[in-house]
Amino acid sequence: MSLVISQLINGLQSGSIYALVALGYSMVYGIIMLLNFAHGDIIMVGAYAAWFVMVRLSLNPVLAIILAILACTVLGVVIEKVAYTPLRSSPRLSLLITAIGISFLLENLAQRVFGAGAQKVPALISGPAIEIGGQRFSFIAMVTIVVSVVSMALLTFLVRKTKMGKAMRAVSEDMGTAQLMGINVNLTISFTFAVGSALAGIGSILYSCAYPQASPTMGAMLGLKAFVAAVLGGIGSIPGAMLGGFCIGLAEAIVSAVGLSVWKDGVVFAILIVVLVVKPTGILGRAIREKV
Amino acid sequence: MLKTMLKVNDINVYYGSIHAIKGVSFSVERGEIVTLIGANGAGKSTILNTVSGLLRSKTGSVSFLDKPIGSLVPHKIVAGGLAQVPEGRRVFLNMTAEENLEMGAFTRKGAEAAESLADVYMRFPRLKERRKQIAGTLSGGEQQMLAMGRALMSKPELLMLDEPSMGLAPILVEQIFEIIKELNAAGVTILLVEQNAQMALSIADRGYVLETGRIATSASASELLNNDAVKKAYLGG
Ligand SMILES: Nc1ncnc2c1ncn2[C@@H]1O[C@H](COP(=O)(O)OP(=O)(O)OP(=O)(O)O)[C@@H](O)[C@H]1O
Ligand SMILES: [Mg+2]
Repeated sequence: MSLVISQLINGLQSGSIYALVALGYSMVYGIIMLLNFAHGDIIMVGAYAAWFVMVRLSLNPVLAIILAILACTVLGVVIEKVAYTPLRSSPRLSLLITAIGISFLLENLAQRVFGAGAQKVPALISGPAIEIGGQRFSFIAMVTIVVSVVSMALLTFLVRKTKMGKAMRAVSEDMGTAQLMGINVNLTISFTFAVGSALAGIGSILYSCAYPQASPTMGAMLGLKAFVAAVLGGIGSIPGAMLGGFCIGLAEAIVSAVGLSVWKDGVVFAILIVVLVVKPTGILGRAIREKV
Repeated sequence: MLKTMLKVNDINVYYGSIHAIKGVSFSVERGEIVTLIGANGAGKSTILNTVSGLLRSKTGSVSFLDKPIGSLVPHKIVAGGLAQVPEGRRVFLNMTAEENLEMGAFTRKGAEAAESLADVYMRFPRLKERRKQIAGTLSGGEQQMLAMGRALMSKPELLMLDEPSMGLAPILVEQIFEIIKELNAAGVTILLVEQNAQMALSIADRGYVLETGRIATSASASELLNNDAVKKAYLGG
């Protein structure tokens, strides 16, 4: 029984990180129909930023967390402004190829600047194990789950209730009409990238707590799995990204629990294939409207 | 007070290599209802979208209240007092009726927006009843009212409507035109694009007839109603 619970917690822990990252994929896809494959590498930049602030600048973990999230947010917006905005009216394929290019650029830049080997990220968060009903849970797992759930609740509030959040929904539904309403579309798109990247930044910190290493390609696999989560939940759907993230995390945990942990990654991509064959719109996705 | 509200001078608009609007000029005076009639594909929507800033003219100028707006972004134009109800209503289908209205007031401050909302609900009591309903589940007529109410939320001085009668039952068309007249009486200047030329001319002061990207005729509405060529082409003989 306790093994089941601890695997469940493991699944929720990695699932909440996938969910945070998947949100960025889904929000960006929802607003400009771009699969932003550079999104995963934002996580890598966040990990290096945290490492840099703590190891090179010898500052405290709180500052490292704040600066890392800030770095991710700014980077996301800069990528959007520099690489994607000029291509707003180009074919979607150009945009996709650019995103893949940015991903390679970030990975190679990191390798050039920090070296190909991994850097050890010092403990950003630490605390005693938490005991609930006789079962002990790792502090970091609990923090990860709580922080993710709170972030998602705040995001839901932002999108449902605030003026900017409603603008995001309006732009993603009909960009031309949103402009006719007086919505500043460029600002709204940048804001979407900022929010998505900030969530990836939070995911990056939580990931670095669990696996305290920064390496140039660390974002690639994590990003891909988060992408699968976004597709599973229904790309473009915010609740879908959350649900998809948790599903992927739990699926991995179940596979490990039955002793097939070498199949962990394979199962994730098998899920992708099954979703694309059986229900390409994902669990909560709507049928895709062609944009005019 | 300025008399000329909108002045469009010699605009040429292209979609890639397609020359959709060829040297069009027209104007709308304060307080008027002006209608732009023409067949499918004549270029009516293209003109409205150019005035709204969604499309750009290669030549000429567009000015609103004596200020050039030809190079402004759409949200600046809306903030300046020029709103459009787009063709096919284009309400945000996944948002509630009230959220749609809020989007219409995007350029305005909270208190002003609340005031506009009260005005719109007064004019369209049906929208108030349906305010929590997802717009995609509203009827066609309700969606048209929502689209109009949404445009009014920005408190425009000039309201451009692109085929508001499209796809509506005759009784609803009457109702929509009645509302347009009321709005005009309340001080909103109207630029009305229609294929239903009879209806449009019956409430308009003046009209322009557009043929394949060019203004073919312009005259007072009553003259156009009696013009043989117009009768033949647009009024069913
Ligand atoms: N996005 C576009 N790309 C290419 N051509 C376009 C585009 N939109 C319109 N056109 C062309 O420009 C011309 C004018 O179109 P427009 O939509 O302005 O006509 P309209 O008078 O509004 O017609 P309708 O009454 O059917 O709405 C048409 O020949 C149309 O095919
Ligand atoms: Mg049209």
